[in-house]
Amino acid sequence: MTVGMSFNQLNEEEKMTHFLDRINAGEKIEPDDWMPDDYRLQLIRLISMHGISEIMGALPEKEWVPKAPSLHRKLAIMAKVQDEMGHGQLLLRVAEDLMAPLGKTRHDIMEDLFSGKLKFHNVFHMDAPTWGDAGIIAWLVDGAAIISQSMMLDSSYGPYARALKRICAEEVFHAQHGESIILAMAEGTPEQREMLQDALNRWWESLIMFFGPKSAKETGNSNADKNIMYKIRTKTNEDLRQEFFTKYIPRIWSLGLTIPDDTIRFDEDSQMWIYKDADWSKFKQIVSGNGPQSQNRLDLRRSSYKNNEWVREALAAKKAI
Amino acid sequence: MTEETLKPQEKKALIELLYQLADDDFLLSFRGSEWLGLAPHIEEDVAFSSISQDMMGHANLYYNLLEDLGEGEADRIAHLRTPDQYRNAIILEEVNGPGTYLKEPDYDWAFTVVRNYFYAVHKHIRLDSLRHSAYGPLAEAARKIMTEQYYHLIHWEIWFKQLMTSTDEAIERMTAAIQKVWKDFGGVLTLGPYYEDIVKANFIDDENVMKKRWNNKIEAVLKEVGAHYPGEPRMERGNGRNGVHTDDLKQATSTLSEVYATNPATGW
Repeated sequence: MTVGMSFNQLNEEEKMTHFLDRINAGEKIEPDDWMPDDYRLQLIRLISMHGISEIMGALPEKEWVPKAPSLHRKLAIMAKVQDEMGHGQLLLRVAEDLMAPLGKTRHDIMEDLFSGKLKFHNVFHMDAPTWGDAGIIAWLVDGAAIISQSMMLDSSYGPYARALKRICAEEVFHAQHGESIILAMAEGTPEQREMLQDALNRWWESLIMFFGPKSAKETGNSNADKNIMYKIRTKTNEDLRQEFFTKYIPRIWSLGLTIPDDTIRFDEDSQMWIYKDADWSKFKQIVSGNGPQSQNRLDLRRSSYKNNEWVREALAAKKAI
Repeated sequence: MTEETLKPQEKKALIELLYQLADDDFLLSFRGSEWLGLAPHIEEDVAFSSISQDMMGHANLYYNLLEDLGEGEADRIAHLRTPDQYRNAIILEEVNGPGTYLKEPDYDWAFTVVRNYFYAVHKHIRLDSLRHSAYGPLAEAARKIMTEQYYHLIHWEIWFKQLMTSTDEAIERMTAAIQKVWKDFGGVLTLGPYYEDIVKANFIDDENVMKKRWNNKIEAVLKEVGAHYPGEPRMERGNGRNGVHTDDLKQATSTLSEVYATNPATGW
């Protein structure tokens, strides 16, 4: 920028150049800084989806909170779902700041969730019928989340990067809690091992889907590429999936569990895992609200939002004591 | 007083008291955990789930004291007793409303606020007395629990006062909830059939003293928010301290023990 010239006098193109220079130099963008509309919209899309996924993500595990098989496990899973709610709250606050200039609020986020406009993560649309599922979710879904969130720890948007730092620190405990459940079951009775293997079979394709398709051609969506340009994220979906395989496949095998994909192997030449890809048309169906539990879980939130309308009205009418 | 110096009659009374304390927190924590994801707003979901988690921790402390007294493993006594062996007050086992936590929950926030606030006031009074309990391990547990419970009390007091002084609809719903809770809240305030032995051994203050403290506090708060104090709370459906319970307890314990009961001997 020319010395003595105010930023406001720059034209849009010059502002954009200045903005890209800042993020390329590793500077953080803060809520009140100038940012291109496209960047703002990408962040709102990404962070509100992330936030609402944390909140919807508490629901499948919540099914197992009272049923957790010991006092110790009850305490651990209660702490975990409480963390997830906290992450959701933290992220929605970040999204709300970004939405404020557009005249939108938390209420709009909830309405978009209920109408299906705002999507949440594919894994949280799925069934979790046994305690084994609670273990797999905490171990592998949270493990996958750590991998995808760690890559954004250096996100160009300051508030998101700072929120993720806190979130990732807690997610590590969740994965350990999951691993501990898995180990107890893997070392337990034949029934426990079977329950665990069934849960892994159920979750495997969802875990492949977790990171998103390899390229835009599977879903016709280029948000991932855009986010790399804006330095919101740094790796492709496939990079992350390969990282997940490298970290978890040896651990899964060492427990004597079978991955429900007989083609899966590490290819020394390409230094890549070869695997059976997910059915991406199914993925599209699931995240559009047609997964096995999508509508049940949305109904829980829809009905509680409606049932508690009188409470929100009462709070709005009353100055805090 | 330690486990070694307890006389048999004292030990029996102490065990009864510990079951009351443990089961009260266990059941109300369970009812709280059913609210997860359904609270009036996300901030409340975060706070309420933290409170439920704390209360499960308190129940765990008491169950461990029972284990130390030879009652069996903490997990087993928490999960596998028959309904008549539970000592919680009936109002604490009551469902949050129609539906279940998995399907069509039509939960009543006013009932939840009133029940939790009234309970938090009593729990505070009870802990304040237990801090000086003649049974050392119990006094120590109470001191630990108190540091957390203080925040629960503030949390529910804010909710109670705000809703009692807001819209007509809120006041109407809260008043109905007070009437509902009042019918059975007497069950929380009693020490049950071993009352005399419990008090004689100085495990806790006389129940009449604590009852008076609770009534005074609630009467003052009701007056502050312009509501009517309905006289001492009743015990219409019986005394949970005697093992009298409703079907809501059966539903609660079968959910709480669903996985554990499949194989209590194995590690989970």
